[in-house]
Amino acid sequence: MSKPKFAMYWAASCGGCEIAVLNIHEKILDVDAAFDVVFWPVAMDAKYTDIEKMEDGEITLCLFNGGMRNDENEHIAKLLRRKSKIMVSFGSCACEGCIPGLANFSSIKDMVDTAFSTITTDNPDSIRPQASYAMPEGNITIPTLNLILKTLDQVVDVDYYMPGCPPESTQIAAVVDLVIAALSGKAELPPKGATIGAGDSTVCDECPRKRNVKVIKEFGRIQFTHADPELCLLEQGIPCNGPATRSGCVARCPSAGAQCIGCYGPAEGVVDYGARLIAAFASVIDSEKPEEIDQILNGLVDPAGQFYRFNLAGSLLRASKAAQKG
Amino acid sequence: MTDTPEPKPFEPVMIGFTCNWCSYRAADMAGTARMKYAPNVRLIRLMCSGRLDPTFVFKAFAGGADGVLVSGCHPGDCHYINQNYKAMRRFHLMQRVLTQMGIEPGRLKLLWASAAEGAIFAREITKFVEEVRALGPLNWNKSADEIPAAVQAEEVQA
Repeated sequence: MSKPKFAMYWAASCGGCEIAVLNIHEKILDVDAAFDVVFWPVAMDAKYTDIEKMEDGEITLCLFNGGMRNDENEHIAKLLRRKSKIMVSFGSCACEGCIPGLANFSSIKDMVDTAFSTITTDNPDSIRPQASYAMPEGNITIPTLNLILKTLDQVVDVDYYMPGCPPESTQIAAVVDLVIAALSGKAELPPKGATIGAGDSTVCDECPRKRNVKVIKEFGRIQFTHADPELCLLEQGIPCNGPATRSGCVARCPSAGAQCIGCYGPAEGVVDYGARLIAAFASVIDSEKPEEIDQILNGLVDPAGQFYRFNLAGSLLRASKAAQKG
Repeated sequence: MTDTPEPKPFEPVMIGFTCNWCSYRAADMAGTARMKYAPNVRLIRLMCSGRLDPTFVFKAFAGGADGVLVSGCHPGDCHYINQNYKAMRRFHLMQRVLTQMGIEPGRLKLLWASAAEGAIFAREITKFVEEVRALGPLNWNKSADEIPAAVQAEEVQA
């Protein structure tokens, strides 16, 4: 009997998810023992046509990371969806847009200008990538950009979500074990649409810092603050995204002295991650005077960036007006 | 008769969140007193303006609202002691985020109205509707092509 097939793909992402998978160390040998790795551009040579030639549903497990930035991303997402039994939206980019999704604050023009015409870019002729270009040998093309970055589930049907930037290796190992056990009938897979490899509470629940009563008179940036190593960071006025963020990372950042930035995405039941944080932050501000409230809020330098750093493309509003206009 | 009908004038679609104890009663009073005001705002009653989750506001804009009204008891009058201050703080923070998203601050309004202020409620709503009418349609998520229906089609549990 041939082994079940495994695929992993990266769309608009940084490659950190692939490294996180390799970080499961010797467990990767279990993956190799249990699966036939048929497609994984970062690790092995394979062509898109190899996938196109497969039967529908021939791949058992596909870990798909990255957002939908261009038509190539969408094409491969649809192709792998068709060929895969279990499609996992893997990592923050695929689930909610992540850092590449921050481009949804800007128009395409501003985004391209930032990439090709800043002071650190040597581009005297202001050359821009063209979707199609006439060469003597004929027209050459590159994928065309989407107006806004989309999440994987805005383009194809997804079976499971695995959040994190990147997902913790221990969580990946546990999911790999679960899928292998499920294939031999020793375990049951969770219901479709479930979030796997993460907790169902918030980062605060896993955070070892002491919590008292949250009242904030002033927001401060962590690099300018001598934060108490034992106390809740938010109580000290450091904007920590823990209250809205899904658990599963064992509160790695707050434990190490840095605020949670929200890479595990919205906690269970949270519809809009940023809106939940607005509710949480505004609730603990200690003022009832509009002018004073405004002054305290001035301490949050970039509120939208703070609240949607990982989640803009997956939020209710999805993209700024400038980005929607193109 | 011509084949092309006249384009319909823009009628803002607006959502208003009222609290059970003051602003909803103000709306009720405006109704029983037969005061006339713009019919554009669909009111949703919450127990308190402090119940207003910013998600409601973002969902309204994402789902096609051109303006959102948040209203509650006057400062100091909250039925739940001080929760309208919470609404006020959320309002201020929401305004900042919405501005960064490119939604004009004039599309979100905070209004205090006591149960006796039906006339003020009616007048302020008419004023707000005209302000939003002047801003024009928001058309959120419409201009970006192929926006999937997932956001709009999501049902709210009763």
